[in-house]
Amino acid sequence: MTLDRDLVRNIAHLARLELSGDEEAEYMAQLENILGYFRTLDDADTTGVEPATEMVDAGDALREDVVNNPPAGEELLANAPRRHDRWFRVPKIIE
Amino acid sequence: MSEIVWRPLADVSKELDAGRISAVELTTEILRHIDATESRVRSFLTLTPEAALKDAREADRRRAGGERSPLLGIPIAVKDVILTKGVRTTAASKILENFLAPYDATVIRRLREAGAVFLGKLNCDEFAMGSSTENSAFGPTYNPWNLKRVPGGSSGGSAAAVAAGQCYAALGTDTGGSIRQPAACCGIVGVKPSYGRVSRYGLIAYASSFDQIGPMARTVADCALLLEVIAGRDPCDATSAPHPVPRYSAELERPLRGLRVGLPRECLGEGVQAEVREAVCSALRWFEGEGVSVVETALPHLRYAIPTYYLVATAEASSNLARYDGVRFGLRLGEEEGLMTMYGRTRACGFGPEVKRRIMLGTYALSAGYYDAYYLRALKVRTLVRRDFEAAFDRADLVVMPTAPTTAFPLGAKTGDPLEMYLSDIFTIAANLAGLPALSLPCGFDQEGLPIGLQLVGRPFAEGQLLAVAHAYEQSHPWKDQHPSL
Repeated sequence: MTLDRDLVRNIAHLARLELSGDEEAEYMAQLENILGYFRTLDDADTTGVEPATEMVDAGDALREDVVNNPPAGEELLANAPRRHDRWFRVPKIIE
Repeated sequence: MSEIVWRPLADVSKELDAGRISAVELTTEILRHIDATESRVRSFLTLTPEAALKDAREADRRRAGGERSPLLGIPIAVKDVILTKGVRTTAASKILENFLAPYDATVIRRLREAGAVFLGKLNCDEFAMGSSTENSAFGPTYNPWNLKRVPGGSSGGSAAAVAAGQCYAALGTDTGGSIRQPAACCGIVGVKPSYGRVSRYGLIAYASSFDQIGPMARTVADCALLLEVIAGRDPCDATSAPHPVPRYSAELERPLRGLRVGLPRECLGEGVQAEVREAVCSALRWFEGEGVSVVETALPHLRYAIPTYYLVATAEASSNLARYDGVRFGLRLGEEEGLMTMYGRTRACGFGPEVKRRIMLGTYALSAGYYDAYYLRALKVRTLVRRDFEAAFDRADLVVMPTAPTTAFPLGAKTGDPLEMYLSDIFTIAANLAGLPALSLPCGFDQEGLPIGLQLVGRPFAEGQLLAVAHAYEQSHPWKDQHPSL
């Protein structure tokens, strides 16, 4: 299991994390160590084993499509890093 | 008077009912005790004394009106990953440092209806990721039994506050052991309910196929009183289960005779501190004396539990934490350099090292080319771990293990090596992988005077049985009355 610098950069890009050069080096070494240990999973015989995807039988989880928690406009907008009137303000996306 | 802070919730509730103390007096006493101890323990991130006294006045009014409920007027506190309307809720992260919760989590709403008094928000590892509370962006919490030791994690603030007499009970959350391991480290009782037992609406999500909210308190009965309030189906959480909620606190007295307790042979071997092993064996001998049969069971896939958990949980975390992008709430940095820089810099500066490490791990495990080898494989091994428990429950009614391989370790002992920290979760993670209810309760002390935790794991939705068995053990073991001297 070897991670290279490009792979670490690509993961950081996918995760939208702006890492410094030092952080890249540190995470590369740590992830390599951790993932190396995780390869012990290769010893487990998973032939014919279904992946665990359902954690609980929640019964009939469907409900009527009615609003019972009306949007708390001002309370939600109060946490906005930047807002304009009733909108969240973001940097220009489309040139 | 100060002795009242150490008494069990259930006793104090009777004092309130008898009118020997008011909720306002009780809350004032607790706030005074927090004031006297908090500089050493540092369990709170946000203390809300005015709101607590307001809750207490309301509780006194309700009691004066004839209302009776065990939690009415009882001061409690909440891990800071659970939303409390109008109160700062940070997940112990810089990215949410000034976040005001716009609504109450379902568990908070239910506790308010029951009349609980809310003291404030408790420290934890950032986004509940860690086993020592050292990953909090706002500094560590100290173990009340020995201030040079960690309180465990991630619900370390909850465990320390309860152990230090700063509240009668606390809410924690448990994704890979985050209620049980700190409960063990701090000598209290902590319950991780079955997956689906308690609504997560209003819980800041870490790993959604594992996360559960649960009670932490100094006695089993006190945990039962909280659990019966917070458990149950919630239309706002589609994963909450429809199973009826028993009155756990009324069903604690059950005969032990005839029960079968399974001891997995993998759990007392290498890496387990000798005193932990001895304390667990001694508890098992006590059970045998009570007519319980101890049978050897096996969890052959336990050795895969850590990689399985850390692959699946980090994959889920990488997705859950995508919402912290600086757009709608929380920190925002770098917007002058455009949207992509804003995302990357906000997250790089807002998240701490362990959170970033887990996001990186999870992103990797889910990325093209690695998905089958890591994530999918881990999901299959998760099935194998669940089958191990199913086989164990053919032979035994519940399974007993140490909660953690060692007692509380010194601050800084594992911060340099993430993998070493992950390994301390070996005995708690299995129950999360299988979605099973599990409980930790004190079963002794090591030579340094640090508490040791005994873990009971049950069949799905068998919380009542776990609580009853734990209650029986607790009743005959005098250290339940000991508390740290602060």
